[in-house]
Amino acid sequence: MSVIYILLTISVIVAIIFFIAFITAVRSGQYDDSYTPSVRMLFEDELVKTKSKNKSSNHNPTTN
Amino acid sequence: MEQTNCFHCGDSCENESITFDEKSFCCNGCKTVYEIFHENDLTCYYDLQQAPGATPKEIEGKYNFLEQEAIIDKLLEFNDGQTQIVTLKIPHIHCSSCIWILENLNKLNPNITASQVNFGQKTVRATYKTTAFSLKELVLLLSSIGYEPYISLEDYNTGKNKVNRSLIYKLGVAGFAFGNVMFLSFPEYFEVNEFWLDQYKGLFRWLMFAYSLPVVFYAGRDYFISAFKGLRSKILNIDVPIALGILVLFVRSTIEIIFDLGAGFFDSLTGLVFFLLLGRFFQQKTYAYLSFERDYKSYFPIAVTKLDQGEESPIQVYDIQQGDRLLIRNEELIPVDAILINGNANVDYSFVTGESESVHKVSGDKLFAGGKQTSGVIEVEALKSVEQSYLTQLWSNDVFNKNKEDAFTTLTNTISKRFTIAVLSIAFLATSYWMFVDMSKAMNVFTAVLIIACPCAIALAAPFTLGNLLRIFGKLKFYLKNASVIEQLAQINTIIFDKTGTITANKKSTASYEGIQLSREEEALLKSSLRGSNHPLSRSLYQLLAEHQIVPLTNFEEHLGKGIVAADGSNTIKIGSPAFVGQVSALPELSTSVHISSNDQYKGKYTFYNSYRPGLSKLFNQLKRTFDLVILSGDNEGEAENLKKLLPTKTKLIFNQKPQDKLEYIKYHQSEGAKVLMVGDGLNDAGALAQSEVGIAISEDINVFSPACDAILDAGKFNQLNDYIMASKSAIKIIKWSFIFSFIYNVIGLYFAVTGQLKPVIAAILMPLSSISIVIFTTVATNYLGRKLK
Repeated sequence: MSVIYILLTISVIVAIIFFIAFITAVRSGQYDDSYTPSVRMLFEDELVKTKSKNKSSNHNPTTN
Repeated sequence: MEQTNCFHCGDSCENESITFDEKSFCCNGCKTVYEIFHENDLTCYYDLQQAPGATPKEIEGKYNFLEQEAIIDKLLEFNDGQTQIVTLKIPHIHCSSCIWILENLNKLNPNITASQVNFGQKTVRATYKTTAFSLKELVLLLSSIGYEPYISLEDYNTGKNKVNRSLIYKLGVAGFAFGNVMFLSFPEYFEVNEFWLDQYKGLFRWLMFAYSLPVVFYAGRDYFISAFKGLRSKILNIDVPIALGILVLFVRSTIEIIFDLGAGFFDSLTGLVFFLLLGRFFQQKTYAYLSFERDYKSYFPIAVTKLDQGEESPIQVYDIQQGDRLLIRNEELIPVDAILINGNANVDYSFVTGESESVHKVSGDKLFAGGKQTSGVIEVEALKSVEQSYLTQLWSNDVFNKNKEDAFTTLTNTISKRFTIAVLSIAFLATSYWMFVDMSKAMNVFTAVLIIACPCAIALAAPFTLGNLLRIFGKLKFYLKNASVIEQLAQINTIIFDKTGTITANKKSTASYEGIQLSREEEALLKSSLRGSNHPLSRSLYQLLAEHQIVPLTNFEEHLGKGIVAADGSNTIKIGSPAFVGQVSALPELSTSVHISSNDQYKGKYTFYNSYRPGLSKLFNQLKRTFDLVILSGDNEGEAENLKKLLPTKTKLIFNQKPQDKLEYIKYHQSEGAKVLMVGDGLNDAGALAQSEVGIAISEDINVFSPACDAILDAGKFNQLNDYIMASKSAIKIIKWSFIFSFIYNVIGLYFAVTGQLKPVIAAILMPLSSISIVIFTTVATNYLGRKLK
């Protein structure tokens, strides 16, 4: 049953990897602004020159 | 005429309409912004949100101070000579279009390498190369597209701000350890006597011990510190029994595993700390874009223009000395008490008093700091330095250094005193009983009582109730500084209102006409002449007058601070002060009025009345049942009669109050046992807001700054004030009910503890169960409370 040492080691290592990932995420400021990224991810290729003249309605009504 | 709205800013194109690229614009400014975007293929700005823009303001020379190295240095976040990073506050940020355009600044100027918006805080963080670009150019660029940054004296002092993320780290540590310890202690819950489980029990237990170390010594550190501080000042706050619980849990568990007596309570220990921190985290709702700590510094500019023998140079506001000649441009704030030397001063003191009407001053008049010049350029001579000016002196008062939260004993802490004493006496009683019955169990029982009585549920009741109500209030546009404001609000017995800007609406006013009836032609001429004037009174009178055919004027002259002369060929009309229209005999008036004369014959006057916020009478009648009501106004008694009609008879009306008087008035009543809620709006109320138990600032637009206070209430929700106070009182009831529930849990737990039967598994069930059920109860109850508020 000494395989349990290996399993335990792996479980602790995996847990610590996630923990470090969490710390780096906080440190990089991910938790400081939880709203802007949710809007930013919706922008992508708006800068294409062929911006049409059709004045369609809001594609992206936003909250305040 | 068909109503068209500006394609850029959405305002109605009232007077003139400019058509460009098949779109209409209300002014040249808006059109220019559109042109900039159009040239750079950024018109997608208008697709994301309709009419998202703002009209760029006239800013000529306003940012000249950004050429000074010393000032730039204070504002920058990073500077290595080639690249600079700056974070600018932009109040206009309000929609996804704003985010999009501000994050594409590099398309407008390639020197900007990156820009990132923080929507919550309404800031943009820009990185740019300094070889061909500068901070001033960046600010000018932003202003030219309608996103003028707000740079105030406050930015100059604080410099780089640090983000405190320690709570989220602690929560992460506790959660991480809690999960792992639960997983490791699971086999022991079933007490399986399998060979291999017994074999590895030691290893499992020491692993749990290792996980609990950072929880006790890092995540739970604040509880020990707070308990220690409490004990030193002889207060049994809620953190005392919590810290005691954590300590006993840790020590007993460690002893148990060292001497192989049992599995210890590491699961309960880590779980307890995790839940407690979760409560703290939940309570910590902050409105990043609102600030409750503002003083005059957030209103004042960093620098103004100094005149030195005809030469203009920017001077830092703190460096202004008595006798300095200063140049104040249109829309600039007067930073110090000064004497007007040159130019036409029309000073808007709305920052200070909440009064939106500007005051005319002539050369030689004294100008107080905090006023905003609204017509043209003036030259002034400083009388005092910034700190010694009339308005800023208010901040040297002691109330601004006191922390209201520290002085207030929360409900939880009141209860915790009796609770701690009760728990300790039970622990000693039970221990002494067992000393006679079974000595071996005595220590076991003592620690078990302290463990099970650890007031996790009590400590969670207030944070979750208040935290949730804080969020509900936030959605209803009542923004609180922190959760303890709700508790303070529930204890209020006196409410004091400021008048101007608080119970009156800023913009809308009503006017009545007295005198000889004006003919139709005269009224048409009046309306047409008012149309050309930009004076605030002209604007409001123009709005109030009935529709008329606009007549072409043959003559139009505006005499600043006096009035208007206009003619349409047959008639000449004079509008303005009594002296200007030829009514010399008029008595000095208390109320604001505009006098009219036609062809040099005096006709009459329009008297302006404050227009009170809708629902004012009803609100006061609701409030009078529970509270003493007072109106404390800085104005004269002109409105007294009007107010008496509107408000319940027992409302006290006090006029001519200086900022310092308001503060003293509150202080005096507090000494007589009053718990005061102050409702105000301007900087002149700042002292009163700070002195009162709860200070609420009324704000027409929450993006515009309000003075330091405990809560900001949207003006549109003013008539709901009574409901909010009542909801706070109900919240206190919810907390008290939660206390009763957690006592029941404690009694059950204590039964196991004093009889010496407390097993880790019972603690591991009871503790989360009590915490979670309290959290559910408070959340459901406050949500029900919130549904009733609308």
